[in-house]
Amino acid sequence: MTGRRQLLVHQPFFETVTRLPDKVALVCDGQRHTYGELAARVGQLAGLLKEAGIGRGDRVALFLDNSVEFITGLLAVSSIGAVFMPVNGLTKQEKLAYMLNDARAAALITHAVLQAAWAGALAANTSVRACLVVDGGVDVARIEPRCLAYPPARPAPAAFVFRQVDSVPTSETDLASIIYTSGSTGDPKGVMLSHLNMMSALRSVLAYLPVREDDIIMCVLPLAFGYGLYHWLLAAKSGATLVLESSFAFPLKVVQVMAAERATVFPGVPTIYTQLLNIKGLDKFDLSALRILTNAAAAISEEHIRRLRRTFPQADFYSMYGLTECKRVTFLPPDQLDKRPGSVGRGMPYQDHWLADESGEPLANGCTGELVVRGPHVMRGYWEKPDQTAERLRPAPASTGYAGELVLHTGDLFRTDAEGWLYFVARKDDIVKTRGEKVSPREVENAIYALDTVLEVAVIGTPDEHLGAAIKAFIVRQPGAELGERDVIRHCLSRLESFMVPKYVEFVTELPKTDTGKIKKTSLR
Amino acid sequence: MQDVKQAVRQFLLDNFLMGSGAVIADDASFMKGHVLDSSGFMELILFLEESFGVKVEDAELVPENLDSLNNIEAFVARKREARAAA
Repeated sequence: MTGRRQLLVHQPFFETVTRLPDKVALVCDGQRHTYGELAARVGQLAGLLKEAGIGRGDRVALFLDNSVEFITGLLAVSSIGAVFMPVNGLTKQEKLAYMLNDARAAALITHAVLQAAWAGALAANTSVRACLVVDGGVDVARIEPRCLAYPPARPAPAAFVFRQVDSVPTSETDLASIIYTSGSTGDPKGVMLSHLNMMSALRSVLAYLPVREDDIIMCVLPLAFGYGLYHWLLAAKSGATLVLESSFAFPLKVVQVMAAERATVFPGVPTIYTQLLNIKGLDKFDLSALRILTNAAAAISEEHIRRLRRTFPQADFYSMYGLTECKRVTFLPPDQLDKRPGSVGRGMPYQDHWLADESGEPLANGCTGELVVRGPHVMRGYWEKPDQTAERLRPAPASTGYAGELVLHTGDLFRTDAEGWLYFVARKDDIVKTRGEKVSPREVENAIYALDTVLEVAVIGTPDEHLGAAIKAFIVRQPGAELGERDVIRHCLSRLESFMVPKYVEFVTELPKTDTGKIKKTSLR
Repeated sequence: MQDVKQAVRQFLLDNFLMGSGAVIADDASFMKGHVLDSSGFMELILFLEESFGVKVEDAELVPENLDSLNNIEAFVARKREARAAA
């Protein structure tokens, strides 16, 4: 690399490759991958992408579960100056097609086993020039002519073999990633993050979370989700080892792996911690190496925090808050837990934040208002959605000292105590957080409206001890229509990620309306 | 023991894959194929307990027992043998 030192997403990894080539970087599916071996895979994949004509600024969708290919894909895409777009493996055909089309993705990397979603999505898309199918086999091009098996049957021609010195001169202000997030309008929005955004967030996190080279990070969170993704970046930057599981569907298996690998860091969300604490015989597993537990994505109850601390007395617990638009905002130092267990803490280093009133003016400590964030980690905006970007990125008022600078309005209401510690209150809009995932009621309603026996539907979140909130649909059926709860759930399962599927369906004769005829959801809660 | 596999396959098609035309191979992982997530596995366990009269213990909630038609068939057979021997 030449020129002044930049902050690019793949660089910490390559620095660690130089320093610790033989160290295990990743344990996944029973395989151990060293930093050196991963680098060779990255080189091969980057070469393959270049051979397919993918280059700087092109969007590459990673429709992959937690896997070595996800990690390799992220690094290869970043190395050639392209933009990676992680897509959760649970995503169904229609939404995948929407994302590929919206971002005009130039390439797609996916698993053969996810064909039910990608084959149809590709049929509805013309922007993708190459689709690399992991475990695709030699016949994969028969499904779709743009498909190639990955890893390839033959090595890339020498001219395309990627060497790190070939790194395109990406600027740190170039886009590194587009991460789709649910919006209140129903259509997912692509959060644009530059290399500078992502590396600034990483720097801030590392300034409070003491991840070290000898750490073994156990990640069961999807890498397609910011919280999961950054654990790879934390590992690569620190030279630690990431142990990756595809999910928490089998808690017992995860705990077995945690004990066997002597995991030291475990990031979770409340639903995962509930399952973990409910494992019978958890004390039979030696989890004494655990030294850091973190929670984000949804507020964790004080009771859960107490139980976690009793179960893992040797570990420090970090309550945190963040959002895709800037990765993270706050953390509670573990030494504050006894004093203020319900708080998500204060701002990370290298950023500013304040609570604002309706007009955007900052509020004094002790008030409730919308959390506003300023810093180098704040997104560039939503991909090709200027109106929605303008709602979130707004000029700061002069009273903040940053007159005119664009700052992020999180849409989340917090209160502060007299010393400025933050407590989550509610979301301003009606997004439901269930199982740590954001669900747009509109998106669920759109799916249910596709049933022609449905006259009207309103979806809300209803409090649920385990899920945070559970999705509930109120439906008015067409006169004479036969439609049961199970029919609605099945229909949704075929179109939506499973966490979006209503847990409850209630059939009603009419929905409450406002004077202007809009469905009044507040009356349903 | 074709009955166990067939019954589970039908349960999955009716409840999780309805109308998708998906085919479930005997050795395919439900987790990797996104046929089931954690709440889906809970429904599967209830189905196994109700249909085959077996009790799935917490310690048995591992992919080796539950994460493919082949694994379920072998698991149910072991449970039935253990019960017959008891």
